[in-house]
Amino acid sequence: MMRFMLLFSRQGKLRLQKWYTATAERDKKKMVRELMQVVLARKPKMSSFLEWRDLKIVYKRYASLYFCCAVEEQDNELITLEVIHRFVELLDKYFGSVCELDIIFNFEKAYFILDEFLIGGEIQDTSKKSVLKAIEQADLLQEVHTHTHHREKK
Amino acid sequence: MPAPIRLRELIRTIRTARTQAEEREMIQKECAAIRSSFREEDNTYRCRNVAKLLYMHMLGYPAHFGQLECLKLIASQKFTDKRIGYLGAMLLLDERQDVHLLMTNCIKNDLNHSTQYVQGLALCTLGCMGSSEMCRDLAGEVEKLLKTSNSYLRKKAALCAVHVIRKVPELMEMFLPATKNLLSEKNHGVLHTSVVLLTEMCERSPDMLLHFRKVWLLVPQLVRILKNLIMSGYSPEHDVSGISDPFLQVRILRLLRILGRSDDDSSEAMNDILAQVATNTETSKNVGNAILYETVLTIMDIKSESGLRVLAINILGRFLLNNDKNIRYVALTSLLKTVQTDHNAVQRHRSTIVDCLKDLDVSIKRRAMELSFALVNGNNIRGMMKELLYFLDSCDPEFKADCASGVFLAAEKYAPSKRWHIDTIMRVLTTAGSYVRDDSVPNLIQLITNSVEMHAYTVQRLYKALLDDISQQPLVQVSSWCIGEYGDLLVSGQCEEEEPIQVTEDEVLDVLEGLLVSNLSTPVTRGYSLTAIMKLSTRFSSVNRIKKVVSIYGSSIDVELQQRAVEYNALFKKYDHMRPALLERMPIMEKTASNGPTEIMQTNGETEPSVPDTKHLPLVTQPANQANDLLDLLGGNDVMPVIQTTLPTKPASAGGELLDLLGDLSLSGGLAPAPSVPVSQPPFLLDGLSSQPLFNDTSAAIPPMTAYSKNGLKIEFTFERANPNPNIAVITIHATNTTEADMTEFVFQAAVPKTFQLQLLSPSSNIVPALNQGSVTQVIRVLNPQKQQLRMRVKLTYTHKGSPVQDLAEVNNFPPQSWQ
Repeated sequence: MMRFMLLFSRQGKLRLQKWYTATAERDKKKMVRELMQVVLARKPKMSSFLEWRDLKIVYKRYASLYFCCAVEEQDNELITLEVIHRFVELLDKYFGSVCELDIIFNFEKAYFILDEFLIGGEIQDTSKKSVLKAIEQADLLQEVHTHTHHREKK
Repeated sequence: MPAPIRLRELIRTIRTARTQAEEREMIQKECAAIRSSFREEDNTYRCRNVAKLLYMHMLGYPAHFGQLECLKLIASQKFTDKRIGYLGAMLLLDERQDVHLLMTNCIKNDLNHSTQYVQGLALCTLGCMGSSEMCRDLAGEVEKLLKTSNSYLRKKAALCAVHVIRKVPELMEMFLPATKNLLSEKNHGVLHTSVVLLTEMCERSPDMLLHFRKVWLLVPQLVRILKNLIMSGYSPEHDVSGISDPFLQVRILRLLRILGRSDDDSSEAMNDILAQVATNTETSKNVGNAILYETVLTIMDIKSESGLRVLAINILGRFLLNNDKNIRYVALTSLLKTVQTDHNAVQRHRSTIVDCLKDLDVSIKRRAMELSFALVNGNNIRGMMKELLYFLDSCDPEFKADCASGVFLAAEKYAPSKRWHIDTIMRVLTTAGSYVRDDSVPNLIQLITNSVEMHAYTVQRLYKALLDDISQQPLVQVSSWCIGEYGDLLVSGQCEEEEPIQVTEDEVLDVLEGLLVSNLSTPVTRGYSLTAIMKLSTRFSSVNRIKKVVSIYGSSIDVELQQRAVEYNALFKKYDHMRPALLERMPIMEKTASNGPTEIMQTNGETEPSVPDTKHLPLVTQPANQANDLLDLLGGNDVMPVIQTTLPTKPASAGGELLDLLGDLSLSGGLAPAPSVPVSQPPFLLDGLSSQPLFNDTSAAIPPMTAYSKNGLKIEFTFERANPNPNIAVITIHATNTTEADMTEFVFQAAVPKTFQLQLLSPSSNIVPALNQGSVTQVIRVLNPQKQQLRMRVKLTYTHKGSPVQDLAEVNNFPPQSWQ
């Protein structure tokens, strides 16, 4: 299973962190700092995989953002790259040519999309269409509530 | 009270901060505002405030005061609130804090909500961060949802069940009935999550696994689903680069792996589909290769037929040639896993693997290195070693230590000749000398010692290496040790293997002294060189020069050096008679267990019998030239270094054949053993000592005798037989003094006829106290192989009342039992 996923910029700014195992806040911070350092130090010619502690790290850079997953020993690294790619595709479809700023200003939506794609570190649905439809419907539900109760915008 | 600022506005504001301090100030201000808003129990803006808090939390600021607010949001009826509330719970709440349990009831309600998106939120949250308690409480609800016909909820419930099982394995059983029909769903989401659920169950419970295999006949079901996926036409919804639902394919392959493991029938049932996937999957994109990779892993793990296995290895071989470094990486990882079981197949790809040593990626290089070492065998050692040594030259420092260790290990196992072995070691020491592991030095010394015929060649090469470079400490240490041991061979120009070099004693001493003073030498290295210089005192003629050096270091600041120098000084003065024996050539050492990077002993796929291991010399075989004058001190057959007796030309004293004293190092207790013994040598001497009682009480008691009695000095002999060797008589002398003055500087010496051999151990002291107040004892051991009548001539010297006394006497009254 995937243990956690991190999104961070080249400057080492965290944009999203999803943890699928119970970890203390202090430990999370330490691991994030360490891992960011390791990944940011990698050169372009290197592979997308590395070993870190007892985990396998799969990372890929999309424009200014690093998508970094930690998986377990028995997990398939190559398919994990596809999982990352699928997530980027979902973000891209949702935001329309997604860029880092979209994720900064709409981080909660990025989380919602991720939570519609993965649960407990595993894929819920392999259909892009299905995931996007669900997000769309949930957004609508939010809108309805908003319109009905308050004219409030985030 | 103005409305709290909106989330996006806050983000914008914070991003304008130019310094960390400025940012902190803004955050603190906003947090204060949020706190007061929370205190006011404001329902309208709670959602907005928590969202802002989550943003600040991501920046690294504390947000724990928002935890309860998240719970309130979850309890709200508004979908917007719930969405942010559950997100907040997943980000801020922690199963270690009891407050998280307050969520349980809300989640329970939401699991039964009328809106599926609310149910979905609850399932997602539970499936991501549910604690064991929560899982126990809510497992029933999850199980219910697993049976719903709503595929949106069913897929989420399946993954939620996976999490519940991970947290509380005992609950696995209750999900079993609901799981039964999952695979008949058409929805890919449900299919995928069901396969994940089944996988989790199989991994955790061997009973479940058997049940699925035998009762549910899961394997044919999965094979059918997989087949449909591959054979079915283009399905836009699930297509990735021309492949239909690769994610599902991979998960099915993984589950098949678990089911086929150590089960012939299942393995056979999946044979065809595996072959089909392996041959038909498109390899131009990463997706296809991901499926192939999983297929290979499955083939290698189940009981597949050999044809399939070869197919798998060949796929890996092709991966190695792929331009994509990620593919090469996984290929090497997989090959490393299979190299033990399918060694011959992997050997075929050896040259490709060796090429990967030149890859730019560090992880690939490391794997290639490990794999290369695993593939080395007696047939390919020369070629492989050439590549590996080249790698060692040019690789990053982080590899050097492991590579060096690997080279040593491989060389030890498969060296085609001793000369090749020594050369290889030399090469490692000169190119990566500072990176070799600490235990390499003693291991190498042992290896060199045991390669007797290579001593001259080795010391010559090491000497030349020292001339070039004295910065690499392991190299310097091994070289110093060798020069100390075999310096005589060096100056006598005896090398057979290559052109002997001309070097004088002074030149050698210059080099060693240079090490002593060099800033590059560590204290340990200095110790080695000082000892080496000392050992040369019995091999070289420039003893005076050596004496001078040693005495200088008697006042060294380095305590270790000082102690050595002082002891060596003592060797020159008071114990000069023991020096040659102490500084003799080291005997063959017993090989201790080697530990290198791979502990696995393997034949490495050799078809012919492996090269006989000439390194393991049998325990008691001695080189021919040392065979004659042996006195096996402790008499046993276990692991003893045998101390060779030499007969240096000492002026014969008046008494006749006076044999040298052989200091038995461990027994004397006076002089420390020569520090030239490598650090890792196990305590043979002491071991032997404890298992072999010197004095054997069970032999028939031999009556004591008075050997000498004159001028108040009486010397009594008591006897014992050394147990394993009845040819050795052990005599203890007891010297007592009846006069009123002490006898000081008392020295007892003895000589025996030619057919005997004598060993005199250290005396208890050299003062015989007056008036029988004490005695001096000393042990003599006599080897009498021909069982001749024991005779002895003794010489006594002491100082009595200020004047020196000397006396000679013959001892002929030995009781017959002592020599028969």
